[in-house]
Amino acid sequence: MEEQNTDVIQGTLDMLILKTLSLEPMHGFGIARRIEQISRGVFKVNPGSLLTALQRLERGGWLDAEWTTTENSRRAKVYKLTRAGKKQLDSQTADWSRRASAIARLLKAEG
Amino acid sequence: MPVWRQFVRGLRTLVNRDRADREIADEVESYLEHSTDELVSSGLSPEVARRVARLELGGATVVREQVRSYGWENVIAAPLSDLRYAARRLRASPGFTAVSVLTLASGIGASTAIFSMVDGVLLKPLPYPHSEQLVELRHTAPGINIKELNIAASLYLTYGEESRVFQDVAMWTPGSASVTGLAVPEELPRLSVTNLFLATLGVQPALGRQFTVSDDLPESERVVILTDGYWKARFGGNPGAIGRRMILDGNAYEIVGVLPPAFQFMDHKFALLTPFRLHRSEVRLISFCCQGIGRLKPGVTLAQANADVARMLPMAPGKFPINPGFSATMFAEARITPTLRLLRDQVVGDTGDTLWVLMGTVGIVLLIACANVANLLLVRAGGRHQELAVRAALGAGSGRIARELLLESGLLGLTGGAFGLALAGVALRLLAASDIAHLPRIHEISIDLTVVAFALGISLAAGLLFGLIPVLKYARPQLSNALRSGGRSLSQSRGRHRARNLLVVVQVAMALVLLIGSGLMLRTFQTLRHVDPGISGANEVETLRISIPEMQVKEPERVLRMDQDMLRKIEGIPGVAGAGIINWLPFEGGSNDPVYAQSPPTREGVTPPIRRFKYISPGYLSVVGTRLIAGRDLAWSDLYSDKPVALVSENMARELWHDPRAAIGKRIRASLDDDWHEVVGVAADLRDDGIDQKAPGIVYWPVLQKSAADTEASVVRSVVFVIRTRRTGSAALLQQIQQAVAAINPNLPVADVKTLGSLYDRSLARTSFTLVLLAIAGGMALLVGVIGIYGVISYTVSQRTREIGIRLALGSPPDEVTRGFVRYGLVLSSVGAIFGVAAALALTRLMKSVLYGVSPADPMTYVAVSAGLILAATLASYLPARRAARIDPMQALRAE
Repeated sequence: MEEQNTDVIQGTLDMLILKTLSLEPMHGFGIARRIEQISRGVFKVNPGSLLTALQRLERGGWLDAEWTTTENSRRAKVYKLTRAGKKQLDSQTADWSRRASAIARLLKAEG
Repeated sequence: MPVWRQFVRGLRTLVNRDRADREIADEVESYLEHSTDELVSSGLSPEVARRVARLELGGATVVREQVRSYGWENVIAAPLSDLRYAARRLRASPGFTAVSVLTLASGIGASTAIFSMVDGVLLKPLPYPHSEQLVELRHTAPGINIKELNIAASLYLTYGEESRVFQDVAMWTPGSASVTGLAVPEELPRLSVTNLFLATLGVQPALGRQFTVSDDLPESERVVILTDGYWKARFGGNPGAIGRRMILDGNAYEIVGVLPPAFQFMDHKFALLTPFRLHRSEVRLISFCCQGIGRLKPGVTLAQANADVARMLPMAPGKFPINPGFSATMFAEARITPTLRLLRDQVVGDTGDTLWVLMGTVGIVLLIACANVANLLLVRAGGRHQELAVRAALGAGSGRIARELLLESGLLGLTGGAFGLALAGVALRLLAASDIAHLPRIHEISIDLTVVAFALGISLAAGLLFGLIPVLKYARPQLSNALRSGGRSLSQSRGRHRARNLLVVVQVAMALVLLIGSGLMLRTFQTLRHVDPGISGANEVETLRISIPEMQVKEPERVLRMDQDMLRKIEGIPGVAGAGIINWLPFEGGSNDPVYAQSPPTREGVTPPIRRFKYISPGYLSVVGTRLIAGRDLAWSDLYSDKPVALVSENMARELWHDPRAAIGKRIRASLDDDWHEVVGVAADLRDDGIDQKAPGIVYWPVLQKSAADTEASVVRSVVFVIRTRRTGSAALLQQIQQAVAAINPNLPVADVKTLGSLYDRSLARTSFTLVLLAIAGGMALLVGVIGIYGVISYTVSQRTREIGIRLALGSPPDEVTRGFVRYGLVLSSVGAIFGVAAALALTRLMKSVLYGVSPADPMTYVAVSAGLILAATLASYLPARRAARIDPMQALRAE
């Protein structure tokens, strides 16, 4: 059986994180799981890349982070989207759909 | 905002890496826990869940490192940790660090202080917009032997009307005005200017208006502009002062403006600015009274401006009538030619020579300091020789080791620089407070950005310079050699000594150059001190200026009687030995005009040589201590009678009549229609233009002159009272003098109180300033050089302890050992001295302009200074050498 590629498409991880967090604030592991669930296992997030991306997005001012205690009394660093992050998500989403539909058109084009 | 956030976060990480790391670890840990929890809830046992979670994560350490490597701070973290390491190493040897930093601080501090002077005085433009367009309107008149001629009202008007190159021209002259109508009358310095003066400089008053053309007309109302300082002192900074009137010299002046606080004009201290109010119809051709400035049109060169002025000069005789008593051809024969120069050059004068000599001097001090620190670093690196060799053997690249050594020296350089900058700040404050230098533009000298950049630059350069020497020697060590000789067997190899010896030789040579420089300045100073200035006991002569305006006393003779009454009152003060009057004090100049002698007669149409004119009262000469060579002093009866008399200086008498005694009874006059004045006395020469300048030929005229031709007498209204007393400078004396003056006329202000001694000192100021700074630099250089020799010898002694021990044990006499080391020091200093003398011969020629009466190659100075330096060096090597002789052989052999 051929192994399915579950890598996140290059350059889209930031957008996926922002999108996920636009639903609700979440900690790192939660984000990873949510991306896997929503993509129905198509994308599996590498934890190292995820945590680095979170660091980058936070420094960029698109996320705020706060240490809290979760319902099962675990400590977790919970991220939430800032106003700037929301804007960034919108522009990235628009950009992505423009490019995705272009690719789709290209692939559908015949002879 | 995001950039800011990036920066702050990065910085926070840098400052506290541990905390940042802990947070990343916590987050990774929490990730693992959540992952485990989920696996447990899907039915795995906790242990298995944990293992699976770990597998999924792919190694906690790897993830931590991955997250940690994000951020700009990682780029600089490595060099930063090197820096921290270097700082720690320096802190570990506080003695070495303190000595190095202090040495560097003195070198960098001295260089920075002098540079800030060079910058403030020479490099910065004058504080006016487009100051490069400002020129001083000067002339020369070779036809009548006048090298420097200022400007005449006739020429000012001609240039203003005819010029093609100037935007504006203006004329100004310093003077003073009595301000009355207050409790105490005041004599204030003022500048008389033509209406475009401020416009020419490009300056707007901070308050009120500039002068206008009509202000310059004699029939319009008198107006005055105040300086900011005087406005604040007198009117408390009240803007309502504009439009008010004040009484100057008995006339009402309307205040029309206030100058900006920062306004400066050629270091002139003045409180008031008033228009000239020229009567154009009364201007005669020859009236060289004032100074002229002009603003060139953009792009006009000095040469073009000179050419244009030369074109305009012949127009003046057509515009203005010749003065009575002068022949019409005189103007042409004087061959007046323009010598315009930039206003900046006029302001700076010949200070440039002095400052560049000093800059060179402190540069040498800095080099010596660097050499010394390099030497210390060599010793230090020598101590780490083995460590470095081992590290190189274990694979440390030479680049890495070089970076480490350079960081250390760079850090030393910067720390030294920071202290040096502080030192320079203190030095400048002291300098400004003492005013020893009499530098032009002293208010513009400050530690500004340029100076800080300079200090930073030389700190880094110095660090690099002395850091490179150990790097070149040790960054790529010969392994076997280092590892072997670091053990116990060998004495020092020659190779390691050579660099240190070389540095000491260089230090001694440079110290010698500086010491010879200060020696030459000292000789100059001594020579100048021994020059007879033409006055004596100047410190016991108090001087003050009193002016009697025409509004108060009209008749010239009454003015003199009032002066005489005041003199008598002052002479009655206890402790006053005598008092007299002169218009311009010694060293303050006077007017310069031609003098005609009756015999030998002056040929028709030829202008005789120019002499310095001074106007005096009887008794003046004896008060200031100018000797009478022949004849007699003026008598009061000479002044009140209509028999015109005068005194001349000895050099003038010799020039005209070959013998001072022959001068008595000869007759001279100042112009063709002047009365003949009989020479009744000859006074000793006076170095009026400065101690180091030739004494000019001087005529002393009486302050009151009655003309036989017409009944109108003329009197000098603004005069300086000279008072001989041991009580100079005391407040009580000044008060008694003021009372004496007020007893005669309560409306006369006493101005410009100073001793004649201060004028004498001032004429030596440039020399003493250079001498003091060179002596400080030379002293520093000597100290550092001697310490260098001491260091090398004592290091050598400590390195050769074993060898000395063996020699002593084998029976070598201790004196022999001592002599050996002293000889070593002697050779080093002698070689240094030879190079130093050679360098001094080349370099001191640059000092020629600041020397007087001594050749730059003065053999006595060279021999004395070299001998002194070698003696000091020998002493410095004797101390450690004696220690060598005291070594106990047994201990020395056991020690290692």
